[in-house]
Amino acid sequence: MSAEAHGHDHGHDHEHEHHHKDTFITKYIFSIDHKMIAKQYLITGIIMGIIGIVMSLLFRMQLAWPEESFKIFNVLLGDKFAPDGVMANDIYLALVTIHGTIMVFFVLTAGLSGTFSNLLIPLQIGARDMASGFMNMISYWLFFLSAVVMLCSLFVEAGPASAGWTIYPPLSALPQAIPGSGTGMTLWLVSMAIFIASSLMGSLNYIVTVINLRTKGMSMTRLPLTIWTFFVTAIIGVISFPVLLSAALLLIFDRSFGTSFFLSDIYIAGEVLHYQGGSPVLFEHLFWFLGHPEVYIVILPAMGLVSEIMATNSRKPIFGYRAMIMSVLAIAFLSTIVWGHHMFISGMNPFLGSVFTFTTLLIAIPSAVKAFNWITTLWKGNLQFNPAMLFSIGMVSTFITGGLTGIILGDSTLDINVHDTYFVIAHFHLVMGISALYGMFAGIYHWFPKMYGRMLNKNLGYIHFWVTAVCAYGVFFPMHFIGLAGLPRRYYTNTNFPLFDDLQNVNVLITTFALVGGAFQLVFLYNFFSSIFYGKKAVQNPWRSTTLEWTTPVEHIHGNWPGEIPHVYRWPYDYSNPNHDVDFVPQNVPMKEGEEVLHH
Amino acid sequence: MTSLLVIIVVVLLAVALWQLTKIFDLTQVGSSSDDSQVASDNDNNVQGYIMFGFLAFIYIFTIYGLLKWGNLALHTPASEHGLLVDNLMNITWVLIFTVQVITQGLLYWFSFKNRGHKDRKALFFADSNKLEAIWSIIPSVVLACLILYGLYAWNNIMFVDKDEDVVEIELYAQQFKWTARYAGQDNVLGKANVRLIEGINTLGVDMSDPNAQDDIVVTELHIPKGKKVHFKMRSQDVLHSAYMPHFRAQMNCVPGMVTEFAFVPTYTTAEYRELDFMKEKVANINKLRAEKSVELVAKGGTALDPYTFDYLLLCNKICGASHYNMQMKVVVDTPEDYKKWLSEKTTLAQDIKAAAEAEKAKAAEATAPTTDTTAKVIDTVKAVIDTVKATVAKVAIK
Repeated sequence: MSAEAHGHDHGHDHEHEHHHKDTFITKYIFSIDHKMIAKQYLITGIIMGIIGIVMSLLFRMQLAWPEESFKIFNVLLGDKFAPDGVMANDIYLALVTIHGTIMVFFVLTAGLSGTFSNLLIPLQIGARDMASGFMNMISYWLFFLSAVVMLCSLFVEAGPASAGWTIYPPLSALPQAIPGSGTGMTLWLVSMAIFIASSLMGSLNYIVTVINLRTKGMSMTRLPLTIWTFFVTAIIGVISFPVLLSAALLLIFDRSFGTSFFLSDIYIAGEVLHYQGGSPVLFEHLFWFLGHPEVYIVILPAMGLVSEIMATNSRKPIFGYRAMIMSVLAIAFLSTIVWGHHMFISGMNPFLGSVFTFTTLLIAIPSAVKAFNWITTLWKGNLQFNPAMLFSIGMVSTFITGGLTGIILGDSTLDINVHDTYFVIAHFHLVMGISALYGMFAGIYHWFPKMYGRMLNKNLGYIHFWVTAVCAYGVFFPMHFIGLAGLPRRYYTNTNFPLFDDLQNVNVLITTFALVGGAFQLVFLYNFFSSIFYGKKAVQNPWRSTTLEWTTPVEHIHGNWPGEIPHVYRWPYDYSNPNHDVDFVPQNVPMKEGEEVLHH
Repeated sequence: MTSLLVIIVVVLLAVALWQLTKIFDLTQVGSSSDDSQVASDNDNNVQGYIMFGFLAFIYIFTIYGLLKWGNLALHTPASEHGLLVDNLMNITWVLIFTVQVITQGLLYWFSFKNRGHKDRKALFFADSNKLEAIWSIIPSVVLACLILYGLYAWNNIMFVDKDEDVVEIELYAQQFKWTARYAGQDNVLGKANVRLIEGINTLGVDMSDPNAQDDIVVTELHIPKGKKVHFKMRSQDVLHSAYMPHFRAQMNCVPGMVTEFAFVPTYTTAEYRELDFMKEKVANINKLRAEKSVELVAKGGTALDPYTFDYLLLCNKICGASHYNMQMKVVVDTPEDYKKWLSEKTTLAQDIKAAAEAEKAKAAEATAPTTDTTAKVIDTVKAVIDTVKATVAKVAIK
């Protein structure tokens, strides 16, 4: 039985089921339809995003005006953590920690990859649904559960985890060392363990679906780049997430059962602890073996979305389709052997530092290829500046700006002096935070019609983009300078160092940009939620795109296509093909007689 | 109050923009019936120009940043290897700025130049092996050079020659303070383990080790100019990181492990204070502090002390609630001054002996010396708790 025929039967089964028992619960809550699950991921991701961003605004205010008191601190953090509106130093660290955790895992991993992998994989490869709809549903609900546990940890007595999102032991292992390492940390670990289970189920589903359920004619080299990046991302996830799970489990053992995997020779609060023989450096290795691939898990899907949106809105094929695939594969491979660049000064053998410098700087090559290919895609195009296109261009811009400083941080010699300073924060927020967020926004503006059958307001989209773009640079560009001045990250206030007094004005500027940028996300939220109900009704293929998702009806049906699944006859980037009069030729249009393939 | 004002301004701004979009929407009603929410030629044109404007914004913001904040960055390195680091840094910066200016320029220029129009047709340009080769090979070559230089520098910095004549100093980290231990006459540090922490032997030095007899424990770090200083780092509780930005030096302190870093200081504290850039920086900081003092005094507070520069050792790995205040003053002396300073210090062995004698005298003074061992234990525990409390209080006061 061919994959296509299989998908076909599968679809029909579901249609029958549907006519009989499609209740509110099976449709909106415990849905096994990938489109609904995608929307669930998106909404959950947006809610977590709001929480994460508000946290960052709070600690930015603390950094800019450390001596002021703010009523809002008291309102949001309570009397215990912000008496009289003055933020306590341990809750500052908790905010930093949970902001990082939420943004990296819950927004940019699950919210981004979860949403668009679920939405686009079946639609773009021509499948009725994911390989296992049931497992897909479980994957979402585990993610939801982990988010709930993470949010619960905010309300425990001693405060949430506050050892930084990297939770290095011993700080994360000993409640004596910081109050957040008590129940807060336990819940953090439980939440992450559930999250990893969810992520693994999702990833396995994506891999199996891409390999087995492609429609007739959809060879691997006719896959849209979105699917390539989701596919490769899922593979990296399956390889690296279990290592974090093992690190989390071993840490739970150390915390609760007295083992010494990561702890040794500790004297704290007036007593010697029994731990002996473990090493915190081991934890760092295990953590970053996931932690570094994780940034590619975040950025690769964004790259895929941007490639697709750029081609569509440039009315041009993506430049160097095969080079793009090769570079994604190269990045994925290299991403698993560079984790040590987070540990140059961790005390590991300096020889290892040399090796990791070498592999790390190699990543710049496929990254440069991608950036140049995107720029060339714009060259002599017919650019349609839909909001999604603006965000895509913005993503390339911040990816370049942020990526270039990676040459400094990836070089062990230079890392010595900028390690753990604000320079690092500026670098990674631009290259994977803002870039991935732009990729996510681009995806939302572009596929909103596919998700909700309505259009987002473009003028609000323009305002959203331009204010965000100015504020993103306004926040992170000056941050490089205070990092180069030697200002360490994760300091609750810098007032104890007259040396850094001249950086305070810059901090105020950064926070101002952050507050304005944060406030303007309300424009997006308004646009998003009002357009779900009142947006202009979408036509079937609003962006005149070539990929298969736009051949499905606007109204969602379980099984995606009412009749047979379309067959594929060409690659996904036949824009402005000189053999055709229209400037796009969908993948399901057969080759004309004598038509030659114009790309390699 | 300020925040409220900011929030009000932001909200008003948002309302204003909202109204603008409404007006924008309305103006379009008459001209065309297009409310498809897909970019029109007019949109393409407007957005294309804004793209160009944004390119100008990036360039101007960069130049503004360099002029206004460029001098905030760490200046002249105060260590020998620092020159090597800064040299590589400068080369890398030239490269980064060149690539940044060119690629951002192309990106936004193409966006502006190729803004869509209904009569325009895009060029079908799908691939070119030649171009791909160019932008794979050029970065490869450039990066190869950077990697080679970087590795050369890294090997020079990180591998300490065992035979070299160095000053051995232990940096000891704990929540939330630094302590230093000098190796003394024999220039060999005695063995140590946190299990041996007792009384004033807060670093857990093994006093039965002959090498430990002449070790000196201090809370202010002095190092001699022009001699290689070999730091050995330890931590008693959680991860810390010994960061000395002016020396381009940093290394984590890991419980259960001894880590190391070595460098040669090249300016004494006095000399570094006299460098032009530093005088300017300190003057600027003092100007800011004076302004703030006026504000504070007006509010009934006390004025800030004027600032004089000192090298610092900071903690740069999150280590607990008071991580933001874990620092130690570092002084670079001339070799003569250094020797003099060190010779005035008592050794740990002497300190321990003195403490024991003081204890004995105190015990003798006590009218009814207790023989109850449990009471003694309780006393010691209480004493320990008191010291911890006192330290915490001190840190909090700071």
